[in-house]
Amino acid sequence: MLRLALKMLYGDLAKYTMLVCGLSFCALLMTQQSSVFCGLLLWTTATVRNIRAPIWVADEKVEQVNEVVSLREIEVQRVRSIQGVKWAVPIFWSIQQARLPDGTFQGIQLTGLDSTSLVGQPSHMVAGTVEDLRLPNAVIVDQVAIEKFKKKGITLHLGSTFELNDKEARVVGICKTERSFLGQPYVYTTYSRALEYSPRQRKELSFILASPKDEFRASEVIAQINQLRGMRAFTEQDFAWRTIVWYFTNTGIPISFGIVVLLGVVVGIAIAGQTFYLFVHENLRFMAALKAMGAGMGTLTKMVFLQAFTVGFTGYGLGIGLASAFGTAVLKKGQPPFYMPWQILVFTGAVIVLICCLSAFVGLIKIARTEAAIVFK
Amino acid sequence: MSSTTNSFPAVETRGVVKSFGKGESMVHALKGVDFEARCGEMIMIVGPSGCGKTTLLSVLCGTLKQEAGSVTVFGESLQSMRSSELTAFRGRNIGFVFQQFNLIPTWTALENVSVPLLLAGASRRKAEEAASSLLHKVGIGEKTNTLPSQLSGGQQQRVAIARALVHNPRLIICDEPTAALDAASGRNVLQLLRETALQPERCVVVVTHDSRIFSFADRIAEMEDGRLKALHRPGEYKANYV
Ligand SMILES: Nc1ncnc2c1ncn2[C@@H]1O[C@H](COP(=O)(O)OP(=O)(O)O)[C@@H](O)[C@H]1O
Ligand SMILES: [Mg+2]
Repeated sequence: MLRLALKMLYGDLAKYTMLVCGLSFCALLMTQQSSVFCGLLLWTTATVRNIRAPIWVADEKVEQVNEVVSLREIEVQRVRSIQGVKWAVPIFWSIQQARLPDGTFQGIQLTGLDSTSLVGQPSHMVAGTVEDLRLPNAVIVDQVAIEKFKKKGITLHLGSTFELNDKEARVVGICKTERSFLGQPYVYTTYSRALEYSPRQRKELSFILASPKDEFRASEVIAQINQLRGMRAFTEQDFAWRTIVWYFTNTGIPISFGIVVLLGVVVGIAIAGQTFYLFVHENLRFMAALKAMGAGMGTLTKMVFLQAFTVGFTGYGLGIGLASAFGTAVLKKGQPPFYMPWQILVFTGAVIVLICCLSAFVGLIKIARTEAAIVFK
Repeated sequence: MSSTTNSFPAVETRGVVKSFGKGESMVHALKGVDFEARCGEMIMIVGPSGCGKTTLLSVLCGTLKQEAGSVTVFGESLQSMRSSELTAFRGRNIGFVFQQFNLIPTWTALENVSVPLLLAGASRRKAEEAASSLLHKVGIGEKTNTLPSQLSGGQQQRVAIARALVHNPRLIICDEPTAALDAASGRNVLQLLRETALQPERCVVVVTHDSRIFSFADRIAEMEDGRLKALHRPGEYKANYV
């Protein structure tokens, strides 16, 4: 009977296609929207992922990585003096305006690295070497800078120059970075030169990057740093996570986008549920005929669930396949944001299973309620 | 009548009452029906549209529950069975031929006919062998792999008859089996029913208001307004409605 249940489904190719399309659309919508949403949230943590260090130390008022409250340079010494700290270096990070040869401006994320250790350096160089940062006026730009400058008709390559607050910056390297929520390119230079490139402030240090000694756990060292007045330390995962949470609680962006995602889910559920319900409804007469001929509810239940799950899994597979194809395509382009952790696939799968169960269940109730006598009509 | 009165009773109903709806719009479809059908006979239930024929049929095969009265099929009383038992009982003992055929459109003739056996737990091979041999018997052996939509009405009803007989049930129930057919196909279907379905240990109940096929019956039970009015021999009876 189960073979015939499937044949009931496949036999009408047009309706089967419609059913699978409904569910794939639902799966696609959910997966794609959630992935863009996750990608967007991930973008907010780009700085933590571009500047790698086990421990981040910031002013105690700082809640997330895109917000800087400067520290005094002396604080680096205080962190270094903690017993469990292997090394601690300053890092400068701020949004500045680059002046292009044509006179227009482009916002950049100026990142100043400790010139001795170059801690926080770009992890993926496309051209040039990081060590060249120690040359005069040297900067390393990322692929986003290349794109943004190109839009203005300027081709950046090794040796190109532009101005940062009236001082010349010469490109000695090109790197690949994770895109950020703010959208501006990363420009790396040394810590001291970053200060020269920026308008003078009273306190200049953005964060302190640190590492625990091998025999210490990061959490112990963080606890020790937190004892220092005016400072607060995080592991990089914790800092990234707090950033995501901060965007959730302090901006409307995730919420409004989340509503779009939710809408996608609801629309998907409605479409998928409705199409499957229609299928059951159209087959009601035949199900009732089977019931009259001696098919028990057990048999009918198996048949309907098999049908629902066959459609469900086919639709799910197609939907996440399409979403992945979309993701692969946009990841090459870099926009819009896209990040598909396995949890999204599980979530979509669970929703699809739920839809299948629900519509199969509703269909079965209808079958159970239908008097077998309708077959005589 | 002597040929049938001595045989075993297949179906007996006593004082069956059934109504639909509530209050003002309540319809009393059956108002106390005493009906009997015996093994080895083809009995027709006839009467004008709306007199309760289909309702009686639904009650005596257990797809509809009566409000009062008793229904006994092959000595077993249906009202004492739970619905799952009724379903199983129907599967074993009753074959159906419907007015609208009710063949599943995406299944071939062979698959449609094999269903009652599959439901009874037979293997696919066994079920399809039996189905194929019955399709030959009803004269459409060459159509085994055809979908219902590619068959004529008469051919579809033959498939339905094969399906009703394939598991060898003792009671065959046909509701208006010729209503969707032209006169010639209708006669052929009844001819076929008599030839293949009717056996000494089996009873065939045909509900119809098609007077052209009355002559195929052994007995005719005339219904009027929810009651059994009279029993007739086919030659003696002329429908006085239409
Ligand atoms: N499910 C139902 N709900 C309400 N009324 C019904 C239902 N089934 C039958 N009836 C009514 O019961 C009466 C008998 O119907 P039926 O047994 O179908 O008659 P027949 O088969 O002789 O044409 C009719 O008046 C019909 O309208
Ligand atoms: Mg009727």
